[in-house]
Amino acid sequence: MLRFEDVRLSFAGVKAIDGVSFTVAKDELFAVIGPNGAGKTSIFNVISGVYRPQHGRVTLDGTDLTGLRPDKVAKLGVARTFQNVELFQHLTVLENLMLGRHHHIRYGTLAAIAWLGRARREEIANRAVVEDIVDFLELAQWRRLPVGLLPYGVQKRVELGRALAMEPKLLLLDEPVAGMNLEETEDMARFILDVREELGIPMILVEHDMGLVMDLADRVMVVDFGVPVATGTPAEVQHNPDVLRAYLGEVEAA
Amino acid sequence: MRNRPLLRTSYNQELALLDTTSKKVAVGILLAVGVALPWLVEDQLLQLIGLACVTAIGAIGLNIVTGYAGQVSLGHAFFLAIGAYTAAAIAGDPDARTIGFGVREILIWLPAAGVVAALAGVLVAPLATRLRGLYLAIVTLGLVFIGGHVINEWSSLTGGPGIGRQPPAPTLLGYDLNTGDAFLTRDQKLYLLMLVLLVIAALAARNLARSRVGRAFTAIRDRDIAAGVMGVNLARYKTIAFGVSSFYAGCAGALLYVGIGYFDPTTFNLLLSVQYIAMILIGGAGTVSGAVLGAFLITLLPRLIREVPSFLPFISNSPAESPNAYQLETVLYGVLIIVFLIFEPRGLFGIWIRLRNYWKAWPFSY
Repeated sequence: MLRFEDVRLSFAGVKAIDGVSFTVAKDELFAVIGPNGAGKTSIFNVISGVYRPQHGRVTLDGTDLTGLRPDKVAKLGVARTFQNVELFQHLTVLENLMLGRHHHIRYGTLAAIAWLGRARREEIANRAVVEDIVDFLELAQWRRLPVGLLPYGVQKRVELGRALAMEPKLLLLDEPVAGMNLEETEDMARFILDVREELGIPMILVEHDMGLVMDLADRVMVVDFGVPVATGTPAEVQHNPDVLRAYLGEVEAA
Repeated sequence: MRNRPLLRTSYNQELALLDTTSKKVAVGILLAVGVALPWLVEDQLLQLIGLACVTAIGAIGLNIVTGYAGQVSLGHAFFLAIGAYTAAAIAGDPDARTIGFGVREILIWLPAAGVVAALAGVLVAPLATRLRGLYLAIVTLGLVFIGGHVINEWSSLTGGPGIGRQPPAPTLLGYDLNTGDAFLTRDQKLYLLMLVLLVIAALAARNLARSRVGRAFTAIRDRDIAAGVMGVNLARYKTIAFGVSSFYAGCAGALLYVGIGYFDPTTFNLLLSVQYIAMILIGGAGTVSGAVLGAFLITLLPRLIREVPSFLPFISNSPAESPNAYQLETVLYGVLIIVFLIFEPRGLFGIWIRLRNYWKAWPFSY
């Protein structure tokens, strides 16, 4: 499904990603973990077109994504959420979700100004899709509120909804439960499982909450300083000595 | 469902612009007053209100690029000038000193003025895709100075500073709007023309704002990186914003001086751009009704201040004495901007929202 091949990205000498490769299969939930500054979010930024890597290739179903503009990558079916909520603060929940539908809604500027026939039909059809997502993520009570006024946990959920509204082929979740309390984390985990089961969208998950990662992920990749340390099932990775070293430091020889 | 006026049973109802009875009534009354106004007030004041309508079209235009799409443009005077001179040249007297082609039909010169200005806007837009915030503001500021220089020197088109030229004299499908007749005076005709154009412009802007294009504009304003990741082509939508905004500016520029019957190239200076910025700040950035309110306030302010000396005798109406009404106007103008920025950044529109919410809950505080 997604192939990430030997990607290298550096910022003036700092190697953010140094030769990372992985693949994500259909219906797979692939997790990327690693200490702070390991390059996890950079991997997401390379996939979604925000950064352009110096070396390597990213392909989705055989289509080359490398170096494409973010909006092109989005149109090809990659949706993402952000580590720090990047919602459109002044728009309502509904409008934010409608923005996720942006490239599914087809009419031009002149049709928009006239607001007859086509524009109205398209808006209504896509509004119905958005209402389905509102139901799916249980956002009904906040639909009409500007996102900026909502609690943090709900904002994170709206962001997931906005990504789902894009009807993506691949979903990138950047720390979906960062800064959440236990209850909010459990809610989010439930929604992630629902997305898998009901929508069957493959996901890449970046997360520091190890409990969540180990419970949800099919495979886990550990990166440290932009270098892949280990890839495998959660159980394999947990006992890998290189991973322990990356997280806990060198073990003194006894 | 008769007893639940706010219950919506279709998306169509919810997408309506006038979605409550009170909005329908209010807009109906406003329109009725607007249409009846020519028979209620004297022609001199009517001309000023007509000017306010045209100014409002220009302010709506600036609000599209600055209020909705968040691209601060100080170059609005440049696009107003392009519209004004395109229209004046197309409709101008072919035998006069300045360029003129003698096509007085408003259905030709008004869209032409808009389209030429929009093309200029589209040419400028690549700057906005490279720069943002203050840098873009400074570059658009440059446009005003370059444009100002060109129109000051190009006297075969503009008549030159201090001399100027005539604005277009409109006819609509052969009906002369520029002279009075048995039914309506000149000022009454022009006012009605401008009122109708303002209603069309405002409606078009509202439609644009609630569409996918308008949502893309606000997305770019709030978070441009996230907007890109959501599939919004930033360059494309910034170009559309500049194009539409300049179209409005071009149309407004073409009509601005029709009432007065004369205009001078030195009018299109930085101060004019700043006035338009002030209108949308005071009225409420990112709302159509705010832009209209702001435009009316700024246009009618000088006229209102002329009335002050009759209440406060120590303020003089003569520019020779101090303090006089002209000084008061300048001071008030600055004070208004500061007060609004500090106390109500949402402008007059925000005050309206607060009033509305207060009376909705009255007599309880929430």
